[in-house]
Amino acid sequence: MRRLAATSLLAVAGCNAHQSALAPFGEEADDTLTLTIVLAIGALILASGVAVLAWRAARSPKGAISHEGGMKLVLWLGAVGPAVILTVLLLFALPAMRPMSAAPGDLRIRVEGEQFWWRVRYDPAGEAPLTAANEIRVPVGRTVVFDLTATDVIHSFWIPGLAGKMDMIPGRTNRLVVRARKAGIYRGVCTEFCGLSHALMAFDVIAMEPAAFDAWLADARRASDGNEADAGGAAAFAAHGCGACHAIRGTAHDARIGPDLSRFGERRTLGAGILQPTIENTAAFIRDPHRFKPGARMPAYKSMAPADAEAIARYLKGLP
Amino acid sequence: MSLHEQDDPELRRAQEERLRAVWASPKGLFLKWTDTNNDAVGAWYTLTAFGFMLFAGVLALLMRTQLAVPENDFVEAGTFNQLFTLHGSMMMFLFAVPMFEAVAILLLPQLLGARDLPFPRLSAFGYWSFLLGGVFVSGSIFFDAAPDGGWFMYPPLTTRTDLSGLGADIWMLGLSFIEVSSVAAAVELIVGVLKCRPPGMRLNLMPLYAWYILVVAVMILFAFPPLIAGDVLFEMERLLNWPFFDASRGGDPLLWQHLFWIFGHPEVYIVFLPSIALFAMLVPTFSQRHVLGYPWIVLAAVGTAFLSFGLWVHHMFTTGLPKISLAFFSAASEAVAIPTAVQIFVFIATMWAGRVIWSTPMLYAAGSLAIFVIGGLTGVMVAVAPFDWQAHDTYFVVAHLHYVLIGGTLMPLFAGLYYYWPLITGKTLSDRLGRIAFWLLFIGANLTFFPMHISGLEGMPRRVFTYPAELGIDALNLASSIGAFVFAAGVAVICLDIALSPRRPLAARNPWNAGTLEWLAHPQDEHWGIRSIPLIESRYPIWDQPDFIRKVDEGRYFLPDAEEGRRETIVTSVLDARPLAVIRLGTPSWKPMLTAIALGGVFIFTTYHLYWLALVSGVLTLAMVLWWLWTGTAEIPERDCKPVGHGIELPLYMSGTASPGWWAMFITMMADATAFSGLVFGYYFFWTRHEDFPPDALAHAPGVFWPMVALALGVLAWLLAITARESNAKGRVGVARALLMLAIGACLASGAAGVAGPWTSGMAPESHSYPAIVWTLSIWTAAHAAIGAIMLGYALARSLAGRMTPRYDAEIRNVTVYMHFLALTTVVTYATTGLFPEVS
Repeated sequence: MRRLAATSLLAVAGCNAHQSALAPFGEEADDTLTLTIVLAIGALILASGVAVLAWRAARSPKGAISHEGGMKLVLWLGAVGPAVILTVLLLFALPAMRPMSAAPGDLRIRVEGEQFWWRVRYDPAGEAPLTAANEIRVPVGRTVVFDLTATDVIHSFWIPGLAGKMDMIPGRTNRLVVRARKAGIYRGVCTEFCGLSHALMAFDVIAMEPAAFDAWLADARRASDGNEADAGGAAAFAAHGCGACHAIRGTAHDARIGPDLSRFGERRTLGAGILQPTIENTAAFIRDPHRFKPGARMPAYKSMAPADAEAIARYLKGLP
Repeated sequence: MSLHEQDDPELRRAQEERLRAVWASPKGLFLKWTDTNNDAVGAWYTLTAFGFMLFAGVLALLMRTQLAVPENDFVEAGTFNQLFTLHGSMMMFLFAVPMFEAVAILLLPQLLGARDLPFPRLSAFGYWSFLLGGVFVSGSIFFDAAPDGGWFMYPPLTTRTDLSGLGADIWMLGLSFIEVSSVAAAVELIVGVLKCRPPGMRLNLMPLYAWYILVVAVMILFAFPPLIAGDVLFEMERLLNWPFFDASRGGDPLLWQHLFWIFGHPEVYIVFLPSIALFAMLVPTFSQRHVLGYPWIVLAAVGTAFLSFGLWVHHMFTTGLPKISLAFFSAASEAVAIPTAVQIFVFIATMWAGRVIWSTPMLYAAGSLAIFVIGGLTGVMVAVAPFDWQAHDTYFVVAHLHYVLIGGTLMPLFAGLYYYWPLITGKTLSDRLGRIAFWLLFIGANLTFFPMHISGLEGMPRRVFTYPAELGIDALNLASSIGAFVFAAGVAVICLDIALSPRRPLAARNPWNAGTLEWLAHPQDEHWGIRSIPLIESRYPIWDQPDFIRKVDEGRYFLPDAEEGRRETIVTSVLDARPLAVIRLGTPSWKPMLTAIALGGVFIFTTYHLYWLALVSGVLTLAMVLWWLWTGTAEIPERDCKPVGHGIELPLYMSGTASPGWWAMFITMMADATAFSGLVFGYYFFWTRHEDFPPDALAHAPGVFWPMVALALGVLAWLLAITARESNAKGRVGVARALLMLAIGACLASGAAGVAGPWTSGMAPESHSYPAIVWTLSIWTAAHAAIGAIMLGYALARSLAGRMTPRYDAEIRNVTVYMHFLALTTVVTYATTGLFPEVS
């Protein structure tokens, strides 16, 4: 029934399964979808009921109900009925308001919203943290705790298929506990208006089998992540001062102003979920980020030789 | 004067001549704008609000054009952000709320059988402020300087001057100006409903529309001031860098969200209830029977108003608040559906018990009901916190709020337009065009907004200028865009209908056979409002009181004449509408418009940081207000009483609780006290939020001494003012004057001592939220003390000029009301700033 309703909604809507509350891959989103379907069916029944009554009322001859009859209608359908329905609804929804519980050993991922990208830091219990950006990997079946905050303005962290959204507010750290159920590639977005490119602030979410996740984390943690093979690209990266803002693990570049570029080569998108990370796109983005992302904090490098931009792009693409 | 005198047609004609002359509108290209009569001001107000609605609608069409296809480049991101910010802000602040006030100003005197509202010049002032502020805010888009932070303007995006420009100031200051005019209108409407009802119209005989106006105006009184307090803090941060919302300096962005939504949620009901009020008038008319369950609907309206102040947090379900408060606010948000359901079922039951006559207004009413019910039910859905975590800030919410506002505000207004057009203009609107427009609107609204429920859950956040093709929501968006243009076509047909109506013949009097007072109006409008002020014995006097229309028309009720050539109406008691007095109303004048322009200068010059010009405007505003009061209020009448018919003599002067002026002062101060509590809330909010509030370095600032001196002087000023009032009443005028002088000194000294606290302890307001809020509270209170001194000085001057005497003492009685509130403000401020840091 539930699946049928969800599929029919999806059929109406097209077939977006990677950024949709109607195509859940996480526990909370799953439960909320059930709730949504119950609420929507309830709303449909009530709306039709009111419409039928209003129609009958409009068609009836004078005095079709007496004053007392009318007052009973107001009492039972206007006051008592809604009170009962709403009480039941509240009791039904209350359990879902309890936050999912987390244990001290659970993986924590700290995400900071910035204009207009995401700073990500994996904090596995008892191990050193790992920094990334604009892409979040979660292990299926394990509890993950997101610590969410922002530095510049308010953002909001929403992975529709995984769970409800949570605001990222400067000066506060909000917590969102999730559990993914299904491996796959999904998408999250910023849902609090945060400035010029609010619409262009998304990220990739990759839900992986636990073993694969552990392997990826261990692999990503290796110190020598720099792309040693591409000396020309590395030189261009350094010469143009990219390292003043960006960090690449295993190299001398460790600035924290812009997104961390370690393992750029495995990212699915460029510019926080907005472009295919091809060499052409990357080179074009380096030279003129505002063409793709108005208001982005990264300065434009229009005077950079296209060949240099391409060299840097190729170098980044080559980061393992 | 006896009943028999009115049998004489010559006398009646002479009375009509006099009334007509007294109530004549000023003529001439320029002079006509000095009019203050509610029929003129109400009409301008309505038209202006309608114009802003059309403008904001065009902005929406531009947005829907941009979103018709994915990755479109019809407008740029920056323009798009201005479009949606201005669309929302205009629809809320320049259309929905002012439209309620406009229609109320237009209709209320008719509904209450009054000649006009008690303060016609205040209505005019409100209108001119609204027009000026509205043009200022909406015109900014032509200079690419419109606000672009979304209609709820969340800091720090909007307070950081490096991230947001002039638009944020235009929003904050332009709309603050309009909020002032909204509060002014609320004062006018509350006093109108409470004090200007016709004799015999006890509260439980009031037309339901008047009940709703009363409820909504009271809501404005308590809902707008927290926003005004927020605006004050917001502009202090933008202009002076005082860090109320900057987390790095002890501020908190959530403070704004609380203040905004304490305003913002009641706001939804502020724009919804007046439309339900129109239903409450037209459903009985077209069912040809009394509304069924009058007490129920009144209680439901009052209940909705109360509950609406307890729901604001449901706009903040995703801010990470404690789960227990989510459960509470979820429950409260669902509970508000109950009084709403009661109101809807009262209408259904009324229709069921009567026989429904189908007409264009009823078609609109039925259509709005259908749309509103869907919006209400999705409202219950988003009240359930877990569902809201998904739906919040997505197109689902865009769909929900438009269903609510189109079904609950816009379409009922169109129903009201078709219903009341003959009353206002004497002409009818076309049934055929009306129905065509209805179907375009109905289909357009559903086609636009229904798909948004799905696109929202499919992951489309609100306020995005574009969306990627791979989301698979292009078809839904295209449908929404087509729907928007269908809807716009419906609005265009209505405009066409309105444009054609002057060429149509005059309508019959009371064309729908309604039972309420407003339908006494003649198609050929007389500016006097009502020929004689009736004695009311029923909720539907035209239906129930025999020969009612004839008796009113022949002047057989009260005040059928204007012997002294003055504009007058009857003031009655609040609960049972016993006639108390005749008041003389303000006549056409330039003062309201000029005062509005001067006050506008304060806000507009401040926007552009032209502080000296702003200061000049401020002084000018003060001078204008004093001139206005001096020449137009609390005039000592030429005799004590006048006969109003039926052997009743009523006084021509009132002071104290019986007078409209006292009520206006009291109500205004309720709003002022509410704004003040918004600031105090800020203080304690920071304290609950931060361990270091006050920070260690400032643990003993501003100290106990100066705040306590200020507190003592403030209380002294209050006692002196009360004693002055009593001395004056007992005829000891000299003592009263001396006491007033002392009270002025005490007020000024109290304000100075209040500011001396933070000053002498070297509190730097830019450094931290603590000194900033202490300074703000101290300045607020000192400014109020200064205004108190001016008011006391005004009373003193009136006494010296012989315009205030022991018998005619309205000034000092009204000033004392202000002093009560000033004393309260003083005590709360200085107890908070001086004592709280010592005990906490």
